Amino acid sequence: MTPPAGSLLSAEHLRKAYGPTLALDGAEFSIHPGEVVAVMGPSGSGKSTLLHCLAGIVTPDSGTILYAGRELSAMSDAERSALRRSDFGFVFQFGQLVPELTCVENVALPLRLNGTSRKEAERAALGWMERLEVDDLRKKRPGEVSGGQGQRVAVARSLVTDPRVLFADEPTGALDSLNGERVMELLTDAARSTNAAVVLVTHEARVAAYSDREIVVRDGRSRDMERVV
Amino acid sequence: MSIGHTLLGLLESGPRHGYDLKRAFDEKFGHDRPLHYGQVYSTMSRLLKNGLVVVDGIETGGGPERKRYAITDAGITDVQRWLATPEKPEPYLQSTLYTKVVLALLTHRDAADVLDTQRSEHLRSMRILTDRKRKGDLADQLICDHALFHLEADLRWLELTAARLDKLREAVAR
Repeated sequence: MTPPAGSLLSAEHLRKAYGPTLALDGAEFSIHPGEVVAVMGPSGSGKSTLLHCLAGIVTPDSGTILYAGRELSAMSDAERSALRRSDFGFVFQFGQLVPELTCVENVALPLRLNGTSRKEAERAALGWMERLEVDDLRKKRPGEVSGGQGQRVAVARSLVTDPRVLFADEPTGALDSLNGERVMELLTDAARSTNAAVVLVTHEARVAAYSDREIVVRDGRSRDMERVV
Repeated sequence: MSIGHTLLGLLESGPRHGYDLKRAFDEKFGHDRPLHYGQVYSTMSRLLKNGLVVVDGIETGGGPERKRYAITDAGITDVQRWLATPEKPEPYLQSTLYTKVVLALLTHRDAADVLDTQRSEHLRSMRILTDRKRKGDLADQLICDHALFHLEADLRWLELTAARLDKLREAVAR
């Protein structure tokens, strides 16, 4: 497989079935460093499965995924887990913060899991919380903050390891318009400033408008609209 | 909506008289605004002059002459180009977009393609507005928001239509 020139993460001929249901049927994808690509399509079209395959969370039945020149399927589970911790960041529709930890401890968690000292991890976490305008929440627990604030904390957590690829699955799905827009502004600004690639799964056009280009997934097949129009 | 392209598209299934064309147009696209005969004949004269249709036969009965029109290769190419070119995103596009989707289905083209291309064009406009909003003051933000909400409404219609293409295909085939 020859990935598109300069791409950081690419996939070809991805096929994935869950029992009799074909979730991906020849999907393709590529993204460059610093690029924000929206993955759009109706519910059940396969867009979340595509994201999970690209992130190495789900193994496709066939097809290839290349990340920085390495094939994901050739890695062991342990190698893929290590890659997810070191190079990938994740934001989901609901922040999935750990309720027992304070916000700053939540943001620092990925660094702590990678072996960084508590002091250093929390210093870096606070830096990202300032950028996401939630540093005043550092001592609060997730149950004490609003949905919009919690999602900004989750974005800070996804960026704290300086990931090269950020996977965002409906990151504003649970927020109102104003909070959703602010989260998208902060997320895309932060990612662009660190040259991280963002794979943004969304069905909302206003969210997709923060991307550089979009691909459309329908019936498990993807279509890169930049190459079509 | 381009009446010329719509009439051309209707001719793709076979030659028709002006009257048949008007009837087919009114049935599929006219709804509460049927075509006037004058519009049909002036449009057909223009298409004839431009080489997009030819007169396939003339019937002379008791009444006036009835010309039967057939689409040319150049006409088919013209319809193809029109369907493949997205409309400039602007308010109240629904009638043109609806016509394009139905015509694509009637002529066995990929209607999902028409919708995808249009979505992409709308998103292109939304990206420009979003960027302007990010860099602008509150007045810019409010003006851009207004335009963005209108484009978003169009996009919702595009998504819903894409989800209903199979049903629409059955309906237009009846």
